[in-house]
Amino acid sequence: MSKQIQVSGLDAYYGAHKAIEDVSMTIEPRSITAFIGPSGCGKSTFLRTLNRMHEVIPGARVEGKVLLDGDDLYGASVEPVSVRRMIGMVFQRPNPFPTMSIYDNVAAGLRLNGRLPKSQLDGIVEESLKGANLWNEVKDRLTKPGAGLSGGQQQRLCIARAIAVKPQVLLMDEPCSALDPISTLAIEDLMAKLKDEFTIVIVTHNMQQAARVSDRTAFFNLAGQGQPGKVVEMDETSRMFTNPSQKATEDYITGRFG
Amino acid sequence: MTTDTKIRDGGPAMRRSASRRTSGEGLFKFLATAAGVVLLAIMAAIAVFLIAEAIPALQANKGGFFTDLVWEPNSSQVFGIGALAFGTVLSSGIALVIATPIAVGVALFISHYAPRRLAGPLGYLIDLLAAVPSVIYGLWGLAFLVPLLREPSRWLNEHFGWFPLFAGEGAIGGKTMLAGGIVLAIMILPIIAAISREVFLQVPRMNEEAALALGATRWEMIRMAVLPFGRPGVISAAMLGLGRAMGETIAVALIFPATFDISVQILTPHGNSIAANIANGFGEATPIGRGALIASGLVLFVITLLVNMAARMIINRRKEYARAGA
Amino acid sequence: MTLQQEAARRPRGVQHISTGRRVKDRFVQGLVYLAFAMAVVPLVSVLWLVISNGLARFDLEFMTHSMRGIGARDAGGGAYHAIIGTVEQVLLASAISVPIGLLTAIYLVEYGNGGRLSRAISFFVDVMTGVPSVVAGLFILAFWILFLGMPYSGWAGAMALSILMMPTVVRSTEEMLRLVPADLREASYALGVPKWRTIMKIVLPTAFTGIVTGVMLAVARVAGETAPILLTVFFTDSINNDPFSGPQMGLPLYVFDQAARPNDTAIDRAWTGALTLILIVMLLNLVARLIAWWRAPAKGR
Ligand SMILES: Nc1ncnc2c1ncn2[C@@H]1O[C@H](COP(=O)(O)OP(=O)(O)OP(=O)(O)O)[C@@H](O)[C@H]1O
Ligand SMILES: [Mg+2]
Repeated sequence: MSKQIQVSGLDAYYGAHKAIEDVSMTIEPRSITAFIGPSGCGKSTFLRTLNRMHEVIPGARVEGKVLLDGDDLYGASVEPVSVRRMIGMVFQRPNPFPTMSIYDNVAAGLRLNGRLPKSQLDGIVEESLKGANLWNEVKDRLTKPGAGLSGGQQQRLCIARAIAVKPQVLLMDEPCSALDPISTLAIEDLMAKLKDEFTIVIVTHNMQQAARVSDRTAFFNLAGQGQPGKVVEMDETSRMFTNPSQKATEDYITGRFG
Repeated sequence: MTTDTKIRDGGPAMRRSASRRTSGEGLFKFLATAAGVVLLAIMAAIAVFLIAEAIPALQANKGGFFTDLVWEPNSSQVFGIGALAFGTVLSSGIALVIATPIAVGVALFISHYAPRRLAGPLGYLIDLLAAVPSVIYGLWGLAFLVPLLREPSRWLNEHFGWFPLFAGEGAIGGKTMLAGGIVLAIMILPIIAAISREVFLQVPRMNEEAALALGATRWEMIRMAVLPFGRPGVISAAMLGLGRAMGETIAVALIFPATFDISVQILTPHGNSIAANIANGFGEATPIGRGALIASGLVLFVITLLVNMAARMIINRRKEYARAGA
Repeated sequence: MTLQQEAARRPRGVQHISTGRRVKDRFVQGLVYLAFAMAVVPLVSVLWLVISNGLARFDLEFMTHSMRGIGARDAGGGAYHAIIGTVEQVLLASAISVPIGLLTAIYLVEYGNGGRLSRAISFFVDVMTGVPSVVAGLFILAFWILFLGMPYSGWAGAMALSILMMPTVVRSTEEMLRLVPADLREASYALGVPKWRTIMKIVLPTAFTGIVTGVMLAVARVAGETAPILLTVFFTDSINNDPFSGPQMGLPLYVFDQAARPNDTAIDRAWTGALTLILIVMLLNLVARLIAWWRAPAKGR
């Protein structure tokens, strides 16, 4: 249930503006890869190109290749809809559907592919909520609105919703930046658990978080004002944080800029 | 030297301007408040004077105002609102059934389907539909739509005559409830579409993205995130449209044949409404007749008031909800 | 390309969505486009018929003559008296509703502070938007003509129209006033300028073009109203330049009157009246939108 992503020579544009340039990397299955870098250097943009969510933004386009276990995600006959089903996404701000109950939120993605028997649906919902470490907190109020949960619980609900459709990869764009430290810890624990099953990519501004949870880290940076973002360095997290090969990486990690 | 004069003039000048300031301020605030109160007073006065002028006619009524179907206040002084109220409800019901789905489609088109650059101008095109005066829709309905509907009406009657709405014998087509309902539908479509479009555009972008990230198609995203969020807005938009349709006068006054009976046959020349009857009956009305028309207008006022207030409350609750969610 | 080749080119891992889902998506897209087309067809049809039928009598006589002395079946005649009536009634209606509407909006935005009165006013302004135009006419009929015993006149019609204009003016003005940035107000207060002068000198001028747009749209709406003037202005075939005495005519009323007459020359006049009316209304709309566009860059700062 977990696949490798290979990116080569990827450029992304918003209209005429080139947001990222020539990104190549391999994202290993059953591991957590962290993206770090200063604001505006294209981390979110790159993350969105991995499941073609950038296509939602008018004028956004990419050049280059993204392979999921060797399959080209931008192949001529590949639909973005099916790509997103295999590569799930969790956003910066928790975004449960406000009109749906907790149960329906988790079941939302499952219901897209036709009706499942109630018992099976119940099973997957429970399994996903357990997977997101939320089951114990919500099992008595599954029919209550998802918007009534705390921010951290909502974010775990969104994770449950994303993993319910059994994706190969889970992309997370600053999933903890809107949360308090306790909730952040809960999500970090969850990520450590989820990586047994999923390929996880996380964008974070929190160096400690990257150091704590990730196996590999990529450092993005801008070459200069108005220039596209690039990957400066990518390596084992332990090496990146102790002994980076690039000066810019060291400066950023130690807080000398950004 | 100059400084000197300024300082010397300073004291009294400041005092004078201060006193003028407070009186100006007080007067201005009074005027603004008074204008608002005048507005409230007008609403109250509408109710009061309609009631006052309706009472004499109602007292002279030899029939039952809420039960009788005939409307003969000028001759036999028997008049009842039954047939008119029924016609009002039926014709605006037809309008609502036709207009709401199309308006929701239009709203979705503008908010989620049309190319971005075209969405604005195309939306303006729909707004233009609302700018056409109702008398022109009446003329159009009379001269164009009524003849146009004759053949389709016969066809419907022939093949679906078993269905009560399409039943009837003899003259099929012409000035019918269907023609009036379609014209009303065209007239209320723009408001329903405009309000629905607004609420569809208010759907949080992050909820739409959440749906898409789950692998939803555009339609599935709309069903998952847009329609549930927009439903209260669409409901109140439809209710505002209903209120508009019930009060619409001149277009239906030209189209309806002004019969006084209760019939659900929308393909035969039947039909009337409170508003149409006021426009058609006013010219020949005696004092009792005018009072009777005012009484019917009062009923119309109360009905549309209730429909509108309900719609507004739904919208306002939604607004608070949206603000709390933001 | 054969199906096999197509299938071979398709990556193994990335499955297609089911045909059912794709078809449904396309189907709904078709419906949505269809709905839009269905909404535009009547607009085009109305405009086309009004123009093509209206041009027949769109002549100098129509613009300069009344219907006085024109027999039931006679050709000729015009709508001059109706045009004059509409212009006067609409101007008077604006003279009543613009000050009240402006002041009410100022109260709501600047002085109301969300109190009970302001919420009540705000709610009833919304409700007033839904008052059927015929009821506005009946009210003036009941109050002005029957209760006070005044005669039918253009002024009575103007009062009925002003009831319909007020809520529109309030809402659009309110919206514009709320767009005026708070720091502009504060800068003025900081200079010691009293609130009402700030409103007059800073807030209203800033919002001016927007308010004008709103007023013009309101005017465009009531210029086409028939029912209220039918009940209050009565009608006449002759020119009456004085809106304060005696029955007048209005262009929409003229169209209604002519359309209801069962002969072709009258129908021709109805179409031409409709064309004139639509030209006036659309022109007002267009100018209002142009003003709105023209000021848009200033807003985008
Ligand atoms: N929707 C958009 N339209 C146009 N340009 C965009 C859009 N989103 C992002 N950009 C531009 O693309 C570049 C990269 O933005 P991106 O959001 O990917 O940065 P980021 O690294 O995620 O920043 P942050 O850490 O603040 O989230 C920026 O220059 C930004 O201005
Ligand atoms: Mg970002």
